[in-house]
Amino acid sequence: MDSSQLFGIATIAYILAMVAYIAYLAFKNSTIGSIATTITIAGFVSHTIAFFVRTAEFLEVGQMGIMRAIPLTNLYESLIFFVWCIILGYLVIEFKYKTKSFGAFITPIAGMTLAFIELSGIHKDIHPLVPALQSNWLLSHVTMSFLAYAAFAISFATAMMYLAVTTEKKKDGAYIFWTTTLGVFITILAAMCIDFFAFKIAASRPESFIKSYLFKATFRSSSGIVVLLSTIGLGAIIYAVYNYGHILKKVITSFNLSKDVLDDLTYKSIAVGFPVFTLGGLIFGAVWADQAWGRYWSWDPKETWSLITWFVYAFFLHARYLRGWKGQKIAIVAVVGFVSTIFTYLGVNLLLTGLHSYGAQ
Amino acid sequence: MEDKKSQGIVDRIWNILTSIKLAVVVFTLISVTSIAGTLIQQQVEPERNIKMLTKVFGDSAPAVFKVINAMGFTDMYRSWWFLALLFIFAVNLVICSIDRLPGIWKLAKTPIRPIEPEIFKSMIVRPQIQVKGKLEDTVSSVTAELKKIGFSNVLTDGKSGQIYSEKGRYSRLGVYVTHLSILLIMMGGIEGKFFGFDGYLALPEGGTASSIESRDGSKIPLEFSVRCDDFDVSFYDDTDTPKSYVSNLVVIENNKEVLKKQISVNDPLRYKGVVFYQASYFFNPDNIANSKFKMKVYAQGAGSSQDVSVGLDQSFDVPGTKIKGKVVDYSPAVGIDNKTGELFTYSNQMNNPAAFIEFSEAGKTVHKQWVLKRFPETWKTPFGSIQLLDIWGVQYTGLQVRKDPGVWLVYLGCLFMAVGLYAAFFMSHRRIWVHVAEEKGKTTVTVAGSANKNKIQFDQKIDSLTKSL
Ligand code: HEM
Repeated sequence: MDSSQLFGIATIAYILAMVAYIAYLAFKNSTIGSIATTITIAGFVSHTIAFFVRTAEFLEVGQMGIMRAIPLTNLYESLIFFVWCIILGYLVIEFKYKTKSFGAFITPIAGMTLAFIELSGIHKDIHPLVPALQSNWLLSHVTMSFLAYAAFAISFATAMMYLAVTTEKKKDGAYIFWTTTLGVFITILAAMCIDFFAFKIAASRPESFIKSYLFKATFRSSSGIVVLLSTIGLGAIIYAVYNYGHILKKVITSFNLSKDVLDDLTYKSIAVGFPVFTLGGLIFGAVWADQAWGRYWSWDPKETWSLITWFVYAFFLHARYLRGWKGQKIAIVAVVGFVSTIFTYLGVNLLLTGLHSYGAQ
Repeated sequence: MEDKKSQGIVDRIWNILTSIKLAVVVFTLISVTSIAGTLIQQQVEPERNIKMLTKVFGDSAPAVFKVINAMGFTDMYRSWWFLALLFIFAVNLVICSIDRLPGIWKLAKTPIRPIEPEIFKSMIVRPQIQVKGKLEDTVSSVTAELKKIGFSNVLTDGKSGQIYSEKGRYSRLGVYVTHLSILLIMMGGIEGKFFGFDGYLALPEGGTASSIESRDGSKIPLEFSVRCDDFDVSFYDDTDTPKSYVSNLVVIENNKEVLKKQISVNDPLRYKGVVFYQASYFFNPDNIANSKFKMKVYAQGAGSSQDVSVGLDQSFDVPGTKIKGKVVDYSPAVGIDNKTGELFTYSNQMNNPAAFIEFSEAGKTVHKQWVLKRFPETWKTPFGSIQLLDIWGVQYTGLQVRKDPGVWLVYLGCLFMAVGLYAAFFMSHRRIWVHVAEEKGKTTVTVAGSANKNKIQFDQKIDSLTKSL
């Protein structure tokens, strides 16, 4: 079996696990719970094996030794690894906190990311390493960055749940905040679906850069009417989430997660993610840039966005530590941090120009 | 708190600079302006930004650009106001830390002591437990258990009946190490700006230079010169995907070759604080007059070979024959048109160098053939085999040259940051006092303690302590 089939198995497993976790929440049946966990673990195992198989495949193409064959060299591989980190983080939480309630939230993130891979038409071929990527720093820089992203993703999930559970009224700023954020996320994914159907099927060359067609069927369309309609669509989705947010709240509340645990998990994920991000993302990135380009910091968009993300999380920590911020206020900062993280990871590559061509394909 | 009126101007400024509010404002300003800086392309021709602005502002884009440009947003990270923001950030950080450091320093310096009964009472973390056995036995078993949960230096105080220990006292300074590291990095950046330089050097194969070109086009002299002996690109098998770019550089000082090194993209040359990075390369046909075609010529049937190095239109002998060869044409990248079968040059880089060789006997042309560097099947000729090794002299290596005396400070800062963050997040100051007393033949144990971080883990440790007692 080749690596993409194994990744496919993992994808299906995570989607099934998502269904199982939701069913578990609905029926509170421990057998279903065990099934959900088993499916997730099976997916994770397949995912891990796939990772090694791809390394072997890479080794054959690149012929540069094992350290230069770790499949973390383009957007496709990095997303796959990101999902792996999230699932690993989730399994740790499941066994440490002995709760399956997060499964229904984390597995969708994994599923959505994998769906994004399919929808965006990222190509999956193995490319031998271009000279700039032939560095020992690649591995430490990239793995640690993604570990941090995964930790931030978990803090995002728990912070959103916290907000959903604790907001009472529709007039609450925090309620408006979380429903709007969720609405925007859903819209972006929907817009990508539309891109997929509008271009992938029509275009003869699906491997053409995502950058050139992302949101072209909606927000970046050349037709003013389409842009207007898309904007109305965005408004409608946000309004729908806003209007029916209480249903989601009910669902989440029924998990019986204490809000203190959510708050604590948000803090802990960030307390782990922040140092890892600082060391692996910023410091190792700077050292590598120094080795390869002769400048440790060039203010290129990726670097700048990393710094912004870093500032947001530094702010989070100071607010919590010095001001004792807890609850909704700090959860909002965590959500903002993750929005910035996603932009650092994907937005910069897909929407801006810069030195980090890495991941743009 | 002092009365507002009695505060001097110095105090007031001090207060502003120690305030977390200022930090928040500066954080926000730096972030927001940085975002603008990633949207507006930096240091590029005005047209590119105007084109982008047109999408948003339509016809008024040039006017908008003028404003943005005047405000420094097109070279934002060097603008005076952005540097000023970074400066305020640094000062805020220093003052904030200085303001709180003495207190923390005292905490970090003072070792743990037995505490007064009242304070002890307020810090009790577990209900009193009763244990069998004599007082001395209990004291020694508590000591042993404390060691088991990681308190290595356990002290006993007979007077108060307390056994006490602490761990990670200095981790309280982690925050300050982190803050200091940010300053070190900034200082390193400033030192590099003022005492370093940054430039570019394009060298043809065989060329020597003793100065480089800075960004603004001026020349920066070096204390020595560099020569490029060879530049080469290698490719993955049959593709045009580059595998590596290498330059063979030689450093010459006082007419002596002092250092030789082959550099590649992630492996620069360093000499006297100046670093040469492989940054780019290009093909320049104008230099063909100084170039050499390097070949290995095998005579028909014979196993031996001869190295040949000739210029364009110069003849060489094919060993063991009366045939003369002459390179009459060349191409940096020969491709074959699939439809017509004709040869053409498909790239202006040396992706697939080729030489067109004319063979003659007694002045009469007898054969003509293209020889391609990357395709051994083209090396066979009627008079022996000719392997094209290189067209030497037409390729230039592009080197990024930098001297940055501040980089060690930046690296030191990075190290401090790693240590500081580790201490700030993964270590905590834990203190524990265990009171052991004998009353009416019964021995009682009371545990008091505190941890400044990660209290849950501390709690679990105490759990394991009390359970095993
Ligand atoms: C982005 C840059 C900064 C980073 C990475 C940083 C890092 C940290 C960290 C890791 C902590 C410990 C937090 C915890 O244990 O949860 C901390 C605490 C603190 N930070 Fe910062 N910091 C930064 C900027 C600043 C600035 C600009 C100020 C000045 C207003 C400041 C003032 C403080 C203070 C007063 C503390 C508490 C120290 C104490 O407990 O005595 N920080 N910082």
